[in-house]
Amino acid sequence: MKAVAVIGIGKTAFGAFPDRDLRSLAVEAGQKCLADANVSASQVEAFYLGNFAGPSFVGQNHLAPYVASGIGITDVPCTRFEAACASSGSAFFHAVSSVAAGIYDLVLVGGVEKMTSQSTPKVTEILAGAGDCSGEVRVGATFPALFAMIARRHMHQFGTTREQMAAVAVKNHANGAKNPLAHMRKVISMEQALAGKLVSEPLTVYDCSLISDGAAAVMIAPLERAHEFTNKPVKVLGIAQTSDSVALDSKEDITTFRAVRMAGEKAYRMAGVTASDIEFAELHDCFTIAEIIATEDLEFVPKGQGGRYALEGRTCLKGERPVNASGGLKAKGHPVGATGVGQICDVVTQIRGEAGELQVARHSLGLAENLGGSGATAVVTILGAA
Amino acid sequence: MTAPSQHATVYTETVVHMAPEQFTADAPYQMAIVTLEDESRRTVRIAGERVHIGDAVEFVEDRNGIPFFRKKA
Repeated sequence: MKAVAVIGIGKTAFGAFPDRDLRSLAVEAGQKCLADANVSASQVEAFYLGNFAGPSFVGQNHLAPYVASGIGITDVPCTRFEAACASSGSAFFHAVSSVAAGIYDLVLVGGVEKMTSQSTPKVTEILAGAGDCSGEVRVGATFPALFAMIARRHMHQFGTTREQMAAVAVKNHANGAKNPLAHMRKVISMEQALAGKLVSEPLTVYDCSLISDGAAAVMIAPLERAHEFTNKPVKVLGIAQTSDSVALDSKEDITTFRAVRMAGEKAYRMAGVTASDIEFAELHDCFTIAEIIATEDLEFVPKGQGGRYALEGRTCLKGERPVNASGGLKAKGHPVGATGVGQICDVVTQIRGEAGELQVARHSLGLAENLGGSGATAVVTILGAA
Repeated sequence: MTAPSQHATVYTETVVHMAPEQFTADAPYQMAIVTLEDESRRTVRIAGERVHIGDAVEFVEDRNGIPFFRKKA
C-alpha cells in the first residue's frame, strides 16, 4: 500500500444560503481545493462525492457527474457515496483506499448538502430516513429522539448530567464564534444552553447540531508525489470505516458506538499510535452527547467519564486536548454530506498551523471522527504532519 | 413483525417535542425502547402516564402499525 497525503483543501462557509444551490456550493469547494492543491481539473483522475439526501432535499440525482462537470472534471469516474452523516467520510475512506492501492494518483473528494430550502419538519423527516424506517422511524423517532434516548441511558448508567452536555455546546459555540466559516458565530452561556427550547427530552436546541447548507473538498495523492504540488502535505496515517446495525433498538449497548470503537482501534493500529498520542480532534457532535461518547469510544477517557471530561474544560481550545476547535457540527454547522470531508479540512488546517485564532497549541497529530446515523457507519481518520 | 410481547421494561425513553412532518399533530409524544420478556428490544410509543427507565410497561394496542405500551398498574 502506498502512503497517501492530503495536498489541498477547500470549503465554503456553512450556513443558510437561500441564493445558493447544491451545485454552486460543491463547485465552489472543489475549485478552492484545486487552487489550494495546484492541480488543474484535467489532472483529476477520479471524483468521489459524499451526499446524504440531495434527491430528497433538492430533487437532484446523479450528483457526482453533475457537480464534477461544474468544476470542469469530465471523462473520469465520478461517484456519489451515501452513508447518512458519514457520507463524505466514507467517500474519503474509499478515495484513500484507491490511491493507496495504486489505482489513481490524483483524486478529488467532495461533500455537499443543501438542506435549508425545506421546512424543519420536512428536514426532520428526511434525516429520519437514516434510521430504520420499518421500526423506530415508523413509530415516530427523529434523530434528536434517538440521541435523546442515548443520552437518557448514558445519564442513567454513568450519572452524566445536563450541565456536562451543555458544557459541550458552550465550548463549541465559543470556538465557532471565532470561525469565519461557521454557521452560528455566537457565544452562549451555560444558563442559555440549559434553558433552550426542548427538541426531544432531555435535549434542547443547544444540544443539537444545525441544519445547514455547505460543501467541502480535499485533494489526495500518493505521499511520494505530494511535493510536486504542495510544500505542506498532510499524511493520512491511519483510516478505517466500520459498520453496525442501523436500528438503535438492535444495539446491545446504546451508551457506546461499537462502530466508532472498532474504527478507532483499527485507525490507531494502522497509524502506530495510541489514543494518548492524539493532540487534538474533530469529533462528530451531531448532538452534545455524541461528542461525550466519542471521547469515550476513542479512549480519550475511560467509559462513562466523557461528561466530566467536557465539564472540566479539558477539551476546550486551551485544554489538554482540544475537541472541535472549529466549533464542531454544533456551531460550525452540519450540512450532512459535507461534514466528513469538512472535518478533514479542519484537521489539515490545524496541522498546517493555519487556524488563526483557533490554532491549537500542539498540532502535529490530529483525529477526525465521522458518524453515520445512530452509529451504523463510522469513519476515523488520523492525520499527521508529513 | 411478530405480535408484541405483553410485558416489557423501559430501557430508555424520550418525549419528542419537534416531530417529523407526518407526526406533528401528535407532538409532544413519549417513545421508548423497551426490553421484552425474551430480552429483545423494541421501539414503541407510550400511552398515558409518563414512564421512566426501569418502569414495567404492558402492551396496549397497535394503532396504524405503531405499538403502544403503557405503565403497568
